[in-house]
Amino acid sequence: MSMEAGIGVMGTKLGMMSYFESDGKVVPVTVVGFREGNIVTQVKTQATDGYEAVQVGYRRVRDKKLTKPEMGHLQKVGAIPMRHLQEFRLQSVDGFDPNQRLVVDEIFQEGDLVDVSGTTIGKGFQGGIKRHNFKRGPMTHGSKSHRQLGSIGAGTTPGRVYKGKKMPGRMGGSKRKIRKLKIVKIDKDLNVVMVKGAVPGKPGNLLRITPAKIVGKNIPKN
Amino acid sequence: MQSLRRSVRFLKSIGSSRCPTAANSLSTRDFFTAINGSSAAKTHVSSLSVMRMASNEGFPSLSLLNQPCCPGLLKMGAVVPPFPSRGMTTEGHRVEAPSHSSGAPAEPPARIKFKRLDKTAKHIMQIIDKEATEEVNGQREIPNIKPGYIIQLKVEVPENKRRVSILKGIVIARRNAGLNTTFRLRRLVAGVGVESLFPLYSPNIKEIKVLDKKKVRRAKLYYLRERMNPLKKK
Repeated sequence: MSMEAGIGVMGTKLGMMSYFESDGKVVPVTVVGFREGNIVTQVKTQATDGYEAVQVGYRRVRDKKLTKPEMGHLQKVGAIPMRHLQEFRLQSVDGFDPNQRLVVDEIFQEGDLVDVSGTTIGKGFQGGIKRHNFKRGPMTHGSKSHRQLGSIGAGTTPGRVYKGKKMPGRMGGSKRKIRKLKIVKIDKDLNVVMVKGAVPGKPGNLLRITPAKIVGKNIPKN
Repeated sequence: MQSLRRSVRFLKSIGSSRCPTAANSLSTRDFFTAINGSSAAKTHVSSLSVMRMASNEGFPSLSLLNQPCCPGLLKMGAVVPPFPSRGMTTEGHRVEAPSHSSGAPAEPPARIKFKRLDKTAKHIMQIIDKEATEEVNGQREIPNIKPGYIIQLKVEVPENKRRVSILKGIVIARRNAGLNTTFRLRRLVAGVGVESLFPLYSPNIKEIKVLDKKKVRRAKLYYLRERMNPLKKK
């Protein structure tokens, strides 16, 4: 299984704006906010679970919103009721105790590179052109095929359509990771991090922010 | 939802009387508007908290902040959010609250209705934007530039040059976008008309001086491109 380069946090996308760097350059930034959460709920070790990971919760909710098994799991460590639980698989789990609050300032500094993953915007059922960047047919000159797929296979051999043939279908709404985004600013007051570039989803979307996995630097080459 | 926000500010203004606050224009609004029918989610919780509140009535002290759900100072048993923090979290910046320059609150209080994620998102975005523009406004004096003004700019080009470029021209367009408000300047450079786009709050713009104001009846003066008046002004 693939490991993370370090402990990460979960955040919420707030929106985008521009940020002026000191030399006057304008960078587009995404503002990521943090709701109440980022509390370690469980530490998994090789002895107990067979792998090393830290489970982190996010986003406080009302007691009514969680099922009793979920509440029990959180109450075992004495944590507040949280909605989202995600694991960060690490190489070594020292230094993490249950019910430990993860502070963003300690984990990330300005200028760090991070990977941000989240659910993309759902686009619904989309055709080949939007979904797979197909080219459309001519619009005039008597053409009868404008946005259609065209041919979907060869003839008698093989006599079938290959699996995985790109066809219209549901697009978006899937989890994607954007790599190597720079942290431009961390605002402790508002509890907000500004990341250069765009991230998946709309404002209000749950994000998972981890240190960037750069082979050779963070990740052992094996 | 609206009422929650007002209720938060209401409490904040009470709290601000106790806690030292930096002068922040955002906070200087007393929202004593009654909170009409902010539908309390948990009445049983609020009754508990009202009891606790009764002990220190009129004293929204820090002890208040330590409670997860803020008692209603108002009679309708509306559960009023705890001391607002400027971030998105439901946890209080409870201990640090007094040292906060009270920005407008954004957090959904614990145990009560949580605001919709994108609404708090927009709220915080507004705060960030406002703060950034105010900060720049405090540093440099930025006059209000409208289309039709003749402007003289002192721009610093950071490509290994110090303090160059006094640009003079007419503003033909202005686009409002918070911190990224930009305006287009049209000037004659060596006999050729040149349009450039400048962010209003860029740290490179050292000084803006308004020389003249022309009467125009448009917001965007793109018709000047066809005009090519030999005068320096146009």
